Amino acid sequence: MDLRVEFAGLVLKNPIITASGTFGFGLEFMNFGDLKRLGGIVVKGLSLKPREGNPMPRIVETPCGMLNAIGIQNPGVEAFVRDKLPLLPWRETAIIANLYACSAEEFGDLTGVLAGEEGVAALEVNVSCPNVQSGGAAFGQDPTQIRKVTEEVKKRAAGKPVIVKLSPNVTDIGLCARAAQEGGADAVSLINTLLGMAVDIRSRKPRLANVVGGLSGPAIKPVALRCVHQACRAVTIPVIGIGGIGTAEDALEFILVGASAVQVGTANFLRPDQAFRIVDDLPRAMLKARCSNFAELRGSLDLS
Amino acid sequence: MVRNCREVKVREVRFLGAWDEPSDFVELTLDNPGWDGYRPGQFAMLRPKHWGLELSWGRPFSISRSDADSVTFFFQVVGRGTARLARLAPGDEVIIWGPLGNGFSVADQTPTLLLAGGMGIAPFRGYIEKHPTPEFLRIVFAHRASIDSYPYQLMKDMVRAESIHETSPDDLPMIIERIENEVRGAQGGIVLACGPLPFLKTIQQAARLHQIRAELSLERTMACGVGACLGCVCKDGHDKHVQVCARGPVFKADDVHI
Repeated sequence: MDLRVEFAGLVLKNPIITASGTFGFGLEFMNFGDLKRLGGIVVKGLSLKPREGNPMPRIVETPCGMLNAIGIQNPGVEAFVRDKLPLLPWRETAIIANLYACSAEEFGDLTGVLAGEEGVAALEVNVSCPNVQSGGAAFGQDPTQIRKVTEEVKKRAAGKPVIVKLSPNVTDIGLCARAAQEGGADAVSLINTLLGMAVDIRSRKPRLANVVGGLSGPAIKPVALRCVHQACRAVTIPVIGIGGIGTAEDALEFILVGASAVQVGTANFLRPDQAFRIVDDLPRAMLKARCSNFAELRGSLDLS
Repeated sequence: MVRNCREVKVREVRFLGAWDEPSDFVELTLDNPGWDGYRPGQFAMLRPKHWGLELSWGRPFSISRSDADSVTFFFQVVGRGTARLARLAPGDEVIIWGPLGNGFSVADQTPTLLLAGGMGIAPFRGYIEKHPTPEFLRIVFAHRASIDSYPYQLMKDMVRAESIHETSPDDLPMIIERIENEVRGAQGGIVLACGPLPFLKTIQQAARLHQIRAELSLERTMACGVGACLGCVCKDGHDKHVQVCARGPVFKADDVHI
């Protein structure tokens, strides 16, 4: 059975990619499976300078999901390139850098650092940072800003595929996907977390120090599937599905609505070998879906 | 952090035995997951298979003891996860990954004071069992619930042991003073502590004041247990966020801000 997928200039041995922020730098999971078996790894969000992230508490368990407000704690892009990337099996598995910045210019500079790195297969742009210059609305909620940031990253990416990761906290996800496409994106990935909140009636305090955080996990899968479906109809560039994927069947559902590949996120926390188990389980799920390759399954949803 | 979990794999093991009677204080024994050992102070993540998707995370527990056949955890029911773990049926499968993090120092022929607060007694059972010179150990155990709720008597049979019962909040100043005195008296030896945060804070301050070598085991809510989610961080001695799961849970008292 052919598990390979090709899109946006990438050739992956299978469509299972681990999602940013849920798989560390990959190295944390080396004991639980062979990283080379994954289609790809999106590393923890990287910023130009190291970031300490948000104060504690940062995570809350919710029914069928979780909230997080980590705040992109990371050692900075240079430490990633120097200390982490050389240890990753980048020749065998696509290592995708996730970029986080708070201005178009900073996104450009960050891209400049990574564009020359042979071990980085593609760049994923996280547009969820509030843009202080334009009044605090997140880049990802404004199609004009999405387009601008995409253009800036694309300009300095030296030919590396640029994936724009979209937020679901918008009125029209198709509009945002189109803005990324118009900015020159090679693909879009969605969805990022849904904005949520949890409170404690005894202490009368929010459960996250940041008050609000991002909801992820199986709870958000129907929302994610709907968004991916709409994005696939809005753009011609490839779409990567993310949101509550925990089994091979879940992965196939996203491919059925049109995704070229998927990212597994919160499921990595349920058990640290889950992404590897999903890879192992793909052939069985494909038999169930009566498909022998993903190109045939992709977007074949019967809407008649 | 990779160094700490080289032998770690995810295993599915069976719950051994049955419950005597329902209790909020739970001793949970599982089939040995194939570990070739562990260092007392290390922990494991537990997630019963039948949890399905409702509870998202495994639960981190200090390893109380382990031998060739089994591994034992000791915990108190405090929420949904622990409540459901306490209702496991014999033969139920539990997904387990560990041993995780680092453990307590073991210093041969060195006076070692074990300070346990409540559930913080859990890791010391294995520590005492595995120590090469247990005659150098002494445990002081501060607790709120009845002493029979904890595996204290087992330890008392093996090493010098004293317990302090906190019966009301009025006892607290007395307990704090007692703990401070114990730390001060540990000159030339080491102090290992596990318990609630205020308890650890008292020990950290006393150790600093009297320049005593001390190690503290921290407890945190965790999602992954392997250093990836960054949900369990604390500040280290340089005011940087570090993961309690991967860089702890046992810290040198000077290396952690609590």
